Amino acid sequence: MARFIGKRILLSLITLVLLSLIVFIGAQVLPGDVGRSILGPLADQRAVDALNERLGTNDSLVSQYFDWIGGVLTGDMGNSLVFRRPISDVLGDALVNSLKLAIIAFIIVVPLSILGGVYAALNEGSKRDRFISLGGLSATAVPDFVWAVVLILIFSLLLGIFPVTATAPPGSGFVDQIYYLILPAMCLVFVLFGYIARMARAGTIEALDADYTRTAIIKGLPRRAVVRGHVLRNSLLPTIAVVATQAGYLLGGLLVIETIFNYQGIGQALYRAATQKDFPLLATGVLVVGVVYLVATLIADIMYSVLNPRVRLGGEQ
Amino acid sequence: MSTVAGTNTPTTSAAPVADEERKAQRERWALLWKSKTFIAGAIIVGIFVIFAIFGELIAPDDPFETNPLNDLAAPSWDHLFGTDRVGRDVFSRVIVGARNIMIVAPAATLLGTVLGTILGLVTGYYRGAVDDVLSRIIDAFLAIPVVILAMVVITSLGPSNLVIILVVGLVFAPVIARTVRAAVLQEVGMEYVAAAKLRNERTLYVLFAEILPNVMGPVLVEFTVRLGYAIFTVATLSFLGFGIQPPAPDWGLQVFDNYGLISGGYWWPVLFPALAIAILVVGVNLLADGIAKAFER
Repeated sequence: MARFIGKRILLSLITLVLLSLIVFIGAQVLPGDVGRSILGPLADQRAVDALNERLGTNDSLVSQYFDWIGGVLTGDMGNSLVFRRPISDVLGDALVNSLKLAIIAFIIVVPLSILGGVYAALNEGSKRDRFISLGGLSATAVPDFVWAVVLILIFSLLLGIFPVTATAPPGSGFVDQIYYLILPAMCLVFVLFGYIARMARAGTIEALDADYTRTAIIKGLPRRAVVRGHVLRNSLLPTIAVVATQAGYLLGGLLVIETIFNYQGIGQALYRAATQKDFPLLATGVLVVGVVYLVATLIADIMYSVLNPRVRLGGEQ
Repeated sequence: MSTVAGTNTPTTSAAPVADEERKAQRERWALLWKSKTFIAGAIIVGIFVIFAIFGELIAPDDPFETNPLNDLAAPSWDHLFGTDRVGRDVFSRVIVGARNIMIVAPAATLLGTVLGTILGLVTGYYRGAVDDVLSRIIDAFLAIPVVILAMVVITSLGPSNLVIILVVGLVFAPVIARTVRAAVLQEVGMEYVAAAKLRNERTLYVLFAEILPNVMGPVLVEFTVRLGYAIFTVATLSFLGFGIQPPAPDWGLQVFDNYGLISGGYWWPVLFPALAIAILVVGVNLLADGIAKAFER
C-alpha cells in the first residue's frame, strides 16, 4: 500500500517536471523576443531591451528555466504585468474564487449524475437509458460558452431569475454570493454531467453482472437491498476517479465561464494574461492549473486504492 | 476504409478466415445503416458539410455586406435570423460560417489520428521503455486542458488556423496513441503477426500492412469521438478570440463579437451561431455513437 502510494507520488513528480518544461517552452521559448511580443511592433527598441533585461529573457534558456522554477518553489513568482501585483497574490485570490464556483458546480453535478447513471443502468437498453446516455453525452459535447449563452438568455433575460454576472456586489453575504454563482455553475454542470453519468452507468452495469450480485439475488435478497448493498458499493468506485479527472477539465471550462460571467477566478486571470501578453503570469498560472490537476488525480488514485481492496492488496488491476 | 482493410490482409490468412473477416466487416456496415443514431448524425453532419462547401450559393445574402441603416434588425422574412451590429445577415453568416470549423476541426483530428496511430503502433509493438516514456509525456500533456494549452501557444505565436490545427492535433495524438496501443497489444500475440515475422517481413510492413488494417475499427471510432472534441475546442478558441479573426463569418467568433449586446435584448446574432455549434456537435456525437456501437469489439 505504502509502496503503491510512494510510486504514484514519484510518477506525479516526473510528470510535473515534464509539465513545467511544456509550459516553459509554450510561454517563454515560443514567443522568441518576449519584450517585443509584450510591447508590440511599434515600441521603442530601448524599452523592449529594458523589459527583456527586467524579465531576464536575455539569459540562457537553462538559467531562465531554473530561475522560474526556483521562484515558483520559493513563492517568489515575480510581478504580474497586467495586474501590477505579485503573481502569487493574483493567483492565490483567483484560486479561492474559482474554488467557490467549482464546489457549487460539484455539489450539484456529482449526486445528479450518479443518480442519472445508476438509473440508466438499472433500466439498461430502455428508452429512458438511451435518453440519459445520449442526452448526457450531447450535453457534455456542447461547448460551455454555448450553454452559458443559452442559460443567460433563458434565466437572465427571459425569466429574469438569475443575474448575468457571477460577481456579487461588494459586501454581499454568503447566500447572495451563492445566488450569483448558480448560473455559471449550471453551465459546468451540463458539461460535466455526461462524463460522470457514463462512468456511474458503466460501473453499475458491470456490478449488476457480477457473480456476487447473482449470488445475492439467488439468496433471495430483495432487489432494493441488492442494489444498495452489493451493486452501488462497487459501481461508484470508478466514478470517484472520473470525478477527480473532471476537476482538471473543469479548469479549462472555468476559462470560458469566468470570462463570460466576469468572475475573478483563475480562468479569467489566465485569459487576461493571454490577451494582454502577460507572459510571466501566464506561465506560472498554467503551471498552477497543471499542479491542481495532478494533485486532484493523485488524491483520486490514492482514495481509489484505499477503498478498493484489489488495488490495496496489490492484486490485479 | 475498413471494408478495404479486411480484404487487404495478405496471403498467410487462409481463405475461409479472410471470407469470415469480410463477412464481419459487411455486417458492421449493415449494422451502421440500421442504427438510427448514426443516420440522424450523418444527416446533420451532411447538411453542415454542404453548407461548408456551397455556403455562398445557399446563403440568401452576402455574409460580409454591412448595412448601417439596418443594423440589429430582429428576425423577419427578409432576414430569417435578423442582422448583426453592422447590419450583416445572420442567417447567411451562420451558413457560410460552417466552413471554417469544418476545415479546422477535421484537419486537426486527422493530424492527431495519423500521428497517434503511428505512435500507438510503434509503442504497442515495442513496448518496454518507449512505453513508459510515452505514458509520462501523455500524462504531462493531459494535465493542462487543451483550450488553455492552445491559448498559451497562440499567445506566443499569434492566432492562425495552422497553429490551432497543429496544437489540437499534437495534443490529441498521445490520447489516440493510447487507444491504438491497447488494440495493437491484443494483435501482437496473434498468429498472423508471428507468421509475418517468420516470413522475415520488414517491421514497417508488419506494422502498417499486417497490424494496421486489423486495428482500423478502434482508429475510426477514436477519430469520430475526437472530432467532437476538436469542434468543441476550435469553437471555444474562436469564441475567446484566439481563432480566425474578424470579419470572417465563424460561429464562435460571431458569438464573441455580438456577445456584449445580449443584455440589450439583441439575442439573435448570438443565439443562432451558438445553436449551430450545438447542433453540429450533437450530430458528430450521434455519428460517433453509432460507429462505436458497430465497430467496438
